[in-house]
Amino acid sequence: MNILEYMTQHLLFLDGGMGSLLFARGMQAGELPERWNLSHPEVITQIHKEYFDAGTHVVNANTFGANCLKFSEEELEQIVRSALENARAAAAQSASASEKWVALDIGPTGKMLAPYGDLDFEDAVKVFAKTVRLGVKYGADLIFIETMADSYETKAALLAAKENASLPVFVSNAYGADGKLMTGANPAAMVAMLEGMGADAIGVNCSLGPKALAPVVEEYLRYASVPVLLKPNAGLPQVVDGKTFYDVSPEEFAGEVAALVDKGVSIAGGCCGTTPAYIAALTNACQGMTPKTVQPKNICCVSSYTHCVRLDEAPVIIGERINPTGRKAFAQALRQGDLDAVLREAVSQQEAGADILDVNVGLPELNEAAVLPRAVGEIQAIVDLPLQIDTSHPAALEKALRRYNGKAMINSVNGKESSMASVFPLAKKYGAVVVALTLDEQGIPQRAAERIAIARRILNRAREYGLSEKDLIFDPLTMTVSTDPGSAGETLAAVSGIRLQLGCRCVLGVSNISFGLPGRELLNSTFLTLALEHGLSAAIVNPHSAAMRGSFAAFKALRGLDTGFTGYIAHCSAQQDSPAAPVKQANETLFQAIVTGRKEQAGALAGALLASTPPMELISREILPALDHVGRAFEEKKFYLPQLLMSAEAAKAAFDRIKAHFPKGTAADKCPVVLATVQGDIHDIGKNIVRLLLENYGFPVTDLGKDVAPETVVEAVVKLHAPLAGLSALMTTTVPAMEETIRQLREKAPWCRTVVGGAVLNRQYAQSIGADRYAADAMETVRYAEEIFEEAKNGRLK
Amino acid sequence: MRAGSEIRSFAPPPVDLREILRYAGIREATPEISALLEECLRQAEPVLQYRVCCRKFPVVFEADALDLGFTRTTSRNLRKNLENCRSLWLFSATVGLGMDRLIARYSRLSPAKGVLMQAIGTERVEALCDAFQGEIAAQEKSIAPRFSPGYGDFPLDCQRDIFAALDCGSIGLTLNSNLFMTPSKSVTAVIGVREG
Repeated sequence: MNILEYMTQHLLFLDGGMGSLLFARGMQAGELPERWNLSHPEVITQIHKEYFDAGTHVVNANTFGANCLKFSEEELEQIVRSALENARAAAAQSASASEKWVALDIGPTGKMLAPYGDLDFEDAVKVFAKTVRLGVKYGADLIFIETMADSYETKAALLAAKENASLPVFVSNAYGADGKLMTGANPAAMVAMLEGMGADAIGVNCSLGPKALAPVVEEYLRYASVPVLLKPNAGLPQVVDGKTFYDVSPEEFAGEVAALVDKGVSIAGGCCGTTPAYIAALTNACQGMTPKTVQPKNICCVSSYTHCVRLDEAPVIIGERINPTGRKAFAQALRQGDLDAVLREAVSQQEAGADILDVNVGLPELNEAAVLPRAVGEIQAIVDLPLQIDTSHPAALEKALRRYNGKAMINSVNGKESSMASVFPLAKKYGAVVVALTLDEQGIPQRAAERIAIARRILNRAREYGLSEKDLIFDPLTMTVSTDPGSAGETLAAVSGIRLQLGCRCVLGVSNISFGLPGRELLNSTFLTLALEHGLSAAIVNPHSAAMRGSFAAFKALRGLDTGFTGYIAHCSAQQDSPAAPVKQANETLFQAIVTGRKEQAGALAGALLASTPPMELISREILPALDHVGRAFEEKKFYLPQLLMSAEAAKAAFDRIKAHFPKGTAADKCPVVLATVQGDIHDIGKNIVRLLLENYGFPVTDLGKDVAPETVVEAVVKLHAPLAGLSALMTTTVPAMEETIRQLREKAPWCRTVVGGAVLNRQYAQSIGADRYAADAMETVRYAEEIFEEAKNGRLK
Repeated sequence: MRAGSEIRSFAPPPVDLREILRYAGIREATPEISALLEECLRQAEPVLQYRVCCRKFPVVFEADALDLGFTRTTSRNLRKNLENCRSLWLFSATVGLGMDRLIARYSRLSPAKGVLMQAIGTERVEALCDAFQGEIAAQEKSIAPRFSPGYGDFPLDCQRDIFAALDCGSIGLTLNSNLFMTPSKSVTAVIGVREG
């Protein structure tokens, strides 16, 4: 019988622990349980049979750690084959009258995914894909992904299962006592992502006993529209004389799990510490119980690797600032592959109160398919807000959706057939909420009724792809009111029409409304308030605008969406606290602001001084002497590293103001320097410090980031004909990669000098791997770069 | 799957500001540094976790090696550290991935804050080790100072054996192929239990 059909009418019982039973049967610490499929097939079969006998419907084959990171491909195939054979044999031997299925069990790889670990996301997908394909080949009935403690790795495993099998997939995560995964995701975020990607059942296993997991399970039941599964431990482990005991008995366990079955869990079993006796007690305790019908929750939400943001409760702010349109410096940085401006916008919009960030890196000459996924990855490394992936390029969209850790928002689809045909399959595969613009081949209709008609067509087409109301959020398009005084009314009517007639949510970018009129913020924020009152769920705005944030805060306060008015009060006090200009120390000079490391003051002072002082004079009279003062104080050990850095950041703030006043090409740029943390090493703070100081001293730095292949360094050095490359390594284990990079530079860029640094290096060590210079700190690197620059200027270097 | 590992959670140990400054290479904080440090601590506190995974092993002194149950080593420094010990506590401790995210954010956008975040992470994980060591000291008669792979001649390679012996995954700790740990603010060590 088909397991998914069976589940609609019956509770489904899973098996219990395997590891502790193997230890009890003589497996030694450090042995890999998966090898026992081959060495002790009778033991494995016997354990599976005991579970079937106890009333288990689905036995997980003994493949938890069966992956190609732990086993050779040949051994992996033998393990998966024998594991499934053992489970099948047990099903045949068991006299139990229940339906029986065998699952391919998939546990975590034990590696952390990049950017925090060294396993690339796509490599993780490949690792899981190999196991999945073997599971299919040897006849698994379903795929059971479990004990995952990281949302990103869970996504990799589920993606591999979906792409390489058409079997049902169950996904189970391991939550800590704080109700979150080890890497931070809460249940609502996981439900959003896993359901979006099409898991057939989702839930919770391991870590804790049933009682302690109850709050997490209840969250699953609140959000999930697919069956919820539960496999708790037999309580908490107690170690006595080196032996592990669990503190919940089979009867208590069965009672506590049955209570959660009563609340809606429909798939249940056990994890660490549970035995066939626990499963027997559980099936007994659940006798006569039937699964509760799973109600579709129709929740419209997106998620990150920590939390989910609902688009169907209080209205949310989508930050619009990561976008190069009309922003020269931002666009220029993107063209040079520098994502710092993107990251700065991401952090500052989050600090300003954005709930979701729009990410647009579209420039005509830019390879969006490469840059967009990179930007998404780098933003997610440091900001935990859900992202709205904003592109008209389907290949870039797919790459970014794949890489995205969570359930993303897509900006956008529209009523054109070609648009829907390219976007909807991706939204279905990766799970996403799609912004749907109410325009089609004929353009944007003037009347609200026609925009609603397009929305209806889009919704119907989306349904054909397996999407529904909750997967779409319509943008009925804000038109400029100055060219058509009726247009604001039409847009507002479309918002309420879509809400009421289609039951769908709406989003608007609002600033377009005021184009061509004075006092734009007043019009924008008033239009926003009107739109919110017409049922708008989200607005794409500049979160730095106090007027926009004010409209949101006031609307929520007036509409009972702000309990205790905490949000409104916080908004108002933030307005009072933020000084119009930074507090100025009496007569503080720019020199002093930089020396004391006062970033805001340095920026403000530079801005003010520019009115009366030519930029070059400001640099030579204030900034350079200040940097020199600080640099020397650091070298004389009168200043500490954080002080040096605070000054450097203050100087950078001043430079940023001044740069805007430089005619292009007049900046006194020195020679280019290429920086990288070497392959295999993911520590980059030292390199970032060097970069900041080099930039302060006028060196245009190409920062290749961390974990950089030797070939990539060579390519950049050759392209720029850079006379200096700086390499950083923190681990002894990555110094060989540094040596190899230097070797390749010698061969392919013999003009280039190398300077190296990092915790494990010293002068001698640096010499032994062929580096030209060892720098103990960032100032030494700066001094060496100045030497090289002088030599280059005097023509002694080619 | 690794029977015998025990998981312990700790309340936040008291913060030692001087120790944080020391890790950041600062002897005396200027008002600007103090203000920045305070800001960093405010951001770090909500993301910090304090988790330890531990397991007790016998220590067997052989002629030229130590058999520690989870590994064999010829390290002389460790042999000296474990003098008079017949057992030891092997443990791994981590303050969690949230700290890495903060370090990554600021080492990219504000290296001054990045350096302070690094120092906070180091101080926090050492304080966690101290808290765990305090529990062990209360539990055992006498203990040796904790000793980590990479100290003296105790090889870093031993990390692989440690990760095979402890269920580090259940505190969210992983070992990468270059032997560095994620989350980065994590420690593995042994604490010898002295006889009498």
